[in-house]
Amino acid sequence: MTAGLPRNYLNASYSVWSWFFTTDHKRIAILYMVSITLMFFVGGAAAVLFRLELMTPQGDLLIAEDYNKLFTLHGVVMVFFFLIPSVPAVLGNFLLPLMIGARDLAFPKLNLASWYIYMIGALFTIVSIVAGGVDTGWTFYTPLSTTYSNTHVMLMAVGIFVVGFSSVLTGLNFIVTTHTMRAPGLTWFRLPLFVWAHYATSIIMVLGTPVISVTLLLVALERGLGIGIFDPGMGGDPLLFQHLFWFYSHPAVYIMILPGMGVVSELITCFSRKHVFGYEFIAFSSLAIAILGFLVWGHHMFVSGQSLFAGLVFSFLSMFVAIPSAVKVFNWTATLRGGSISLETPMLYALGFIGLFTLGGLTGLFLATLAVDVHVHDTYFVIAHFHYIMVGGMVMAYLGGIHFWWPKITGRMYPEWWGRVSAVLIFFGFNLTFFPQFVLGYLGMPRRYHAYAEEFQVLNVMSSAGASILGAGYLIPLAYLLWSLRHGRRAGPNPWDAVGLEWQTPSPPTTHNFERPPVVPNRPYDYDPGEHAVSSPGTPSGAPERI
Amino acid sequence: MPETHDPPIDRSFRLFPEQASSVAGEVDAVYFFLLAVAAFFTVLIFVLIVYFALRYRRGANVRRGHGGHTNYTLEVAWCLVPFGLTMVMFFWGAKVYYRINLPPAEAAEVYVLAKQWMWKFQHPEGKREIDRLHVPLGRPIRLKMISEDAIHSFYVPAFRVKNDVLPSRYTTVWFEPTKPGAYHLFCAEYCGTGHSKMVGKVVVLRPAEYADWLAGRTDEPLAEAGRRMFEGFGCHTCHDPGPSQRCPPLEGLYGSQVPLAEGGFVEADEDYIRESILDPRAKVRAGYRPIMPTFEEQIDDEEQMILLIEYIKSLSRQRPRGAQLRSMENADEAAPQDPLPPPGVRPPMDDMPE
Repeated sequence: MTAGLPRNYLNASYSVWSWFFTTDHKRIAILYMVSITLMFFVGGAAAVLFRLELMTPQGDLLIAEDYNKLFTLHGVVMVFFFLIPSVPAVLGNFLLPLMIGARDLAFPKLNLASWYIYMIGALFTIVSIVAGGVDTGWTFYTPLSTTYSNTHVMLMAVGIFVVGFSSVLTGLNFIVTTHTMRAPGLTWFRLPLFVWAHYATSIIMVLGTPVISVTLLLVALERGLGIGIFDPGMGGDPLLFQHLFWFYSHPAVYIMILPGMGVVSELITCFSRKHVFGYEFIAFSSLAIAILGFLVWGHHMFVSGQSLFAGLVFSFLSMFVAIPSAVKVFNWTATLRGGSISLETPMLYALGFIGLFTLGGLTGLFLATLAVDVHVHDTYFVIAHFHYIMVGGMVMAYLGGIHFWWPKITGRMYPEWWGRVSAVLIFFGFNLTFFPQFVLGYLGMPRRYHAYAEEFQVLNVMSSAGASILGAGYLIPLAYLLWSLRHGRRAGPNPWDAVGLEWQTPSPPTTHNFERPPVVPNRPYDYDPGEHAVSSPGTPSGAPERI
Repeated sequence: MPETHDPPIDRSFRLFPEQASSVAGEVDAVYFFLLAVAAFFTVLIFVLIVYFALRYRRGANVRRGHGGHTNYTLEVAWCLVPFGLTMVMFFWGAKVYYRINLPPAEAAEVYVLAKQWMWKFQHPEGKREIDRLHVPLGRPIRLKMISEDAIHSFYVPAFRVKNDVLPSRYTTVWFEPTKPGAYHLFCAEYCGTGHSKMVGKVVVLRPAEYADWLAGRTDEPLAEAGRRMFEGFGCHTCHDPGPSQRCPPLEGLYGSQVPLAEGGFVEADEDYIRESILDPRAKVRAGYRPIMPTFEEQIDDEEQMILLIEYIKSLSRQRPRGAQLRSMENADEAAPQDPLPPPGVRPPMDDMPE
């Protein structure tokens, strides 16, 4: 940063304490970004190891104990410490106040506290891993986790218990902020869809997370004090755990995808220069998904010993999730029509998201359909399905969002060519990794198998090969984004010529975001597709330098 | 018949699993419908995205900006189409699920004991097997399954059936093998260190081969072993018909509707019998006093419990088999059956010793 630059939130002060005691939502977003990136690579390293192991059927690279600990680590770290905070805590934190024209979130100190709570939870989890790991799977099914596992279940459970509060407080903060701090003129139906998606997500965070906290507390009571809750040997009921666990963890899946949908709505409109198609339908489908999410947990339990009738009801209700999901996909696709489309990196990620989410969502119907679920439950089909949503969906959206708002966050452009290369690499690497797993699953390969039947090897080798491409695809952005911090072209306030309020601030924004509170006279996504109709396609880096 | 004559599992590379049970084809039919729907919409969305991205690329000479903001007809259409399709999925899937879950009355029974990390099978005739299950071709087989420790899951991909095996109560899986051969048996619910070693095979034999196999070296029938345990614990002193009978008779008990002291009825299935042995006061039969002690300490494991249960079930087999099956099938509509005590037995309530 040169001395001549105007003051912004990054160069406002340089001391370490100015970061660790900051209450600026933008700085807190950066703290989260660094933390979840570290956790992402911890979880990713575990995946590298077990994908290597799965190259051969015998289970010869790792012993079973270590394999089991690695997939547990991968699940816990990726779900609770990367996916759940990814878009909300980084992009949501940074952008929500900017998008609604506010100075900060409603409770800035609480926001900082959320990050500290996240870090304490992460610390417990890391300690449990370093101390020897946990081998229960991220699902902690009882009585395995309470009675039969000899690993550090308690430490990891404490980690997840603690990090839950971070989610709750972030959700609370977003809800209050959205209700009370919108700029003059910014009515609910003028809110960007990113805000709607975060609002829906926050509802799930606030209502769902306490349930998983209580559940883990009960696991701790049983494991630590021998109070029988889940272990039938002590008079408990093992299915009770599954009901409680999935009552949170199914809605949690929507915590891990709704914010990504919010990102995609922003990207699609900007890079097709078009008003979003079916605004109200996309907005309300986010709420519909959030509400339906609480009614479908039993579809994880069709072969658990749950009653036949419960199976029927949960299958029926689960089918309804298809409607708001389809509404979103169709509306995004319709938004493209008649637009002026350019394929910069964020748009590549957004289009990749739509395709992969479509396939991920449709394969979810296989799992909601009772008879088929009996066969594919707990097989690689499930693994493939939720990775299409979580990685093909959420991680693509997160990376798309990071690239889109990188100039706003850092004031610098990333290198466009490298961005496109890695987006394409990630798309193909992802499909090569996870598509064969659908086939494996229908063939009957169970998940969490350290050694497997030899006829499954070819498909597993394909999957591992894809994973290595995917791994490279993730390392390249890490490298060039870090490089761009110093060497990237200066972005200017609005390199994409986008219309959101966040683009009316300088890049990077000042500590207080807006010079004076903005007034919002009309609906969002006020793009004109004719405006760019004659400019040459694919202008590198999208827009001219303005500073 | 020696185990070495078992056919090997087909380990050739394939992209679609074998169909070896009566429900496999039905499950696959639903699956193909889902596959067709999924392929159609995935291709549709991919084609539209690519088409729009090319046609409306920036700089192309094309009319833009049409289409408006929201088209309510379209919105309603793409709410209704997924709704219609998913309802087909639901009803079709539910119909087959129903079939997967309700074993036919004539199914032969095998007990399954899951423990870290092995499968034990006990045929009522006395055969016991580990990690290997022999079944006859073309006959429905019902598995009564229970776990000694964590939750496991019995899964035979070629049969398209799976059900968790719980430590607390019996769960059931049934299948009718339609193709001789050997098939993978997997534990599908993660159960700790040796989870991926908790595998075995199901061997489907032609009826004649199966009869040979069953006639080979065998242990005593389960009910017989159960009877010795029953008498060893002295259960017969109170339960057997006679002047000293203080507890409910067990003849005809299995499958009947038991009237409870607290009101209502419970079906006397495996879980009820098991619970009544471990916690006799949980569901006391109407007209009897809760005097039976728990046998939790005396019974070492679920294997012994299976013997006792099988013995008690054998006491109901004297009844016409058809009648017993009917009472199981139509449990709700059938009038509660309280089998008459054998003649000469006094009603148990009267002058019971304190």
